Amino acid sequence: MPPHDAGTEKTEPAFAEPWHAELFAVTHTLSASGHFSWSDWTDQFAIALKLANNNGSPKDGSDYYDIWLVTFEEFLIARDLANASDLADLKHAWTQAYLSTPHGDPVALKKVGE
Amino acid sequence: MADTHKQHAHALLPPDPALRVKAVETLLVKKGLVDPAAVDAMIDAYQNKIGPQNGARVVARAWSDPDYRSRLLADATAAISELGYSGLQGEHMVAVENTAHTHNVVVCTLCSCYPWPVLGVPPVWYKSATYRARVVRDPRGVLAEFGITLAADTEIRVWDSTAEIRYLVIPQRPEGSEALSLDTLASLVTRNSMIGTGLAAQPQAG
Repeated sequence: MPPHDAGTEKTEPAFAEPWHAELFAVTHTLSASGHFSWSDWTDQFAIALKLANNNGSPKDGSDYYDIWLVTFEEFLIARDLANASDLADLKHAWTQAYLSTPHGDPVALKKVGE
Repeated sequence: MADTHKQHAHALLPPDPALRVKAVETLLVKKGLVDPAAVDAMIDAYQNKIGPQNGARVVARAWSDPDYRSRLLADATAAISELGYSGLQGEHMVAVENTAHTHNVVVCTLCSCYPWPVLGVPPVWYKSATYRARVVRDPRGVLAEFGITLAADTEIRVWDSTAEIRYLVIPQRPEGSEALSLDTLASLVTRNSMIGTGLAAQPQAG
């Protein structure tokens, strides 16, 4: 379990990666607006964590948000809140947006038809 | 797009999961299921405003105000919201108090349920399979790794959080802190002391 953080507690950022924060906030916001209860989500997430653990995933929590993401995608699809092809299309669109935006400019998705 | 991008001239491509999260958020926003301003406000809150400093103020108040301490032990959700900290999903808060004979430790064995409004987001080790499994089996051993050695007759209680119930440990007030202000008291209350994997810091001598 070490390294522990007696000394680093104050300086440790809340989220190691910006996308961890984004995923945390999107999940909470969607639940708070009544599309599912928090325990609906934690029930499924707990199963996914257990499965990952049984399949030899790291024991240090480093893949916690990776498992959250995969589980959340499946959770949304199972509840008909998203579908896999839309998610794939949008991921592709974001990739293209990053690759076609000059360095330093804000990255935004192109509007449909642009 | 006829753009033949030059190497490194474009914005740095984020890692695969970051692009997938963007896809999820964009889709939910397009469908009108999520308000992007609410998402941004929550990110800002958890990065900048909500964290262990909130819980520290709750503990400092409980240490210095016996009436507040009683209210906190009787109904932690209400006592915590008195100070302006309220839940995300309305989960129920329970405060558990350390004494000379009892030490409390919090875990979520299934995932990582955590008292967000008072502690922010959990540290990586709290989410690790190792902590989640071991603190139940061998709390004394885990606490020793965190640098806490308890007397042999101290009872250790391990509280397993759920989606509905979240625990906040009230650590023991350090000796020599009687004359300190609320702010100074709060500065002694570390995050780990409110999870039970630490003790409150000692006041500076002098």
